[in-house]
Amino acid sequence: MDFFKIIDQLGEVDADVLGRFDSRRAVFSSLGTVAKRAALTATPLFLGALFQKAYAGTQSMPVDVLQYALTLELFEQDFYKKVQASTQYMGAAAADKAAIDQIKKHEDSHVKLLSGAITSLYGTPVTGVTFKSSVFATLATFNGGTFATSQLGIAQLLEDTGVRAYKGRAGELLGTDLLTVALQIHSVEARHASHIRTMRGQRAWVNPGDDAAAHPTYTSGVTGPTSTTSPFGYGIPAYTAPSPIENNTVQSNVPITTGLASPYTANDAAAAFDEYLQAAEVLDASRAGGLVGA
Amino acid sequence: MSQHSQVGDQDELNIAKPLYTPIKRRSFFMYAGATAGATALLLAGCSKDDTTGPTPPPVGGTVSLGSGDVGVLNYAYALEQLEAAFYAQVKASTVMGFSPAETAYFAEVASHEAIHRDFFKAAINRDAPGKILQDLTPNFTGIDFTKRLMAAGDVKLGVLDAAKAFEDLGVAAYNGAGKLIKTAAYLVIAGQIVSVEGRHAAYVRDLINPGSFAADDQVDPISGLDKAMAPLDVIKAASGFVMEKLDASMVGM
Repeated sequence: MDFFKIIDQLGEVDADVLGRFDSRRAVFSSLGTVAKRAALTATPLFLGALFQKAYAGTQSMPVDVLQYALTLELFEQDFYKKVQASTQYMGAAAADKAAIDQIKKHEDSHVKLLSGAITSLYGTPVTGVTFKSSVFATLATFNGGTFATSQLGIAQLLEDTGVRAYKGRAGELLGTDLLTVALQIHSVEARHASHIRTMRGQRAWVNPGDDAAAHPTYTSGVTGPTSTTSPFGYGIPAYTAPSPIENNTVQSNVPITTGLASPYTANDAAAAFDEYLQAAEVLDASRAGGLVGA
Repeated sequence: MSQHSQVGDQDELNIAKPLYTPIKRRSFFMYAGATAGATALLLAGCSKDDTTGPTPPPVGGTVSLGSGDVGVLNYAYALEQLEAAFYAQVKASTVMGFSPAETAYFAEVASHEAIHRDFFKAAINRDAPGKILQDLTPNFTGIDFTKRLMAAGDVKLGVLDAAKAFEDLGVAAYNGAGKLIKTAAYLVIAGQIVSVEGRHAAYVRDLINPGSFAADDQVDPISGLDKAMAPLDVIKAASGFVMEKLDASMVGM
């Protein structure tokens, strides 16, 4: 099956298929150079956006999911921007700086990619999501000390939360090429989380020996006052039951420790699966919501 | 790209003629951006959502992974079988130059991958009785389980080289298979596993070359996207590590 065949098949059920593309030619000319390059690198997204554009109104748009992802990416981008501008970063080892720079580069790319996708779906990309300066000022060290007062400690929280956040909404993109792109970002966040953990002397995966294991990010439920209302002007799904805690040992009703061919420890069972977080939990004041602000 | 199944009406087939006007196609690619764009579009069009689908190749010592969601689960199960077998052998080997931290790390990863394998086995047997993929026979003759890394002149991969290959391939495989999954619960499980594979991959990469956890050879420097590979390409890449010939042509269909 090639692209022409897709067009031909669309033509079988929709005689106006090329007219749809033609009448939307502005889409292509309005894409900036960077967006164009990104779109071509991520062709499935480009194609997906093309068809969603052409058939706008014939099916529900996953713009809200993309806005949510963009919110988190902007938040991470601003955090690393603040890190790069800090005296703590200036004094860090060259290898540590290089790692932060590489991560920041990816967050920049994700912001561009998601913004472009939202624009091409006739949405207005979220802007101005920043890491709260007053909280950032309390991060006394680059690395070392408690996780809550070091830049890398907070970076670990953000990356692990990002991994859980993408998982929490992937189902809404089921069967679409946008899902592929979301997954491709998701595994990059996992790589970031792994490296930050390595820099901090933590295990690469979430585990009970983790110095942040008791933090709300790794536990379940909305605990703060923000509940299910998005402060960013787009809808987020209603919060129903708490998402699984990170030390969960039951997957798909299978007790991993005792229900398989051989027994496994609770630590291994929990570490073998990353859990998801619902949007309301991520944006809650006890997690990312408490760190977002001017 | 499945929108064609829900728009319009078969009766309009005859008035679709302008569709075949060459100039329209040409102008489309002008928008899409030169030859590179055209090639990329053709490649993307080859994905496995073709509703007519190719017929499976003739069977001859070939093991089919099956179709639909079971096919995707068997596909993941096949990869986890290979990873679990690999790490079990690493755990049983004395690898020259491994630090105590590395030995401990690989012991834990061996458990994670064995859990993934056993979990898929239990889930497939429960949800699709009789359709589970057979036990595969790994072929690790290309790996030297005493060597940490391949050195100049070596013909076999070291343990870290092989681990990196398996983990990066696993990430790309899950990323590419996500959109083939039709049941949300399976997507969640796949997502819960792929990020753990991503964590493993980043760690092993850092052991080989510090700072390469998400290097430009793996994560596209412009889009910031990790790799995603279609099942046929993944099985081709993994074929050197398994004795059976695997047929992934119906996975997700």
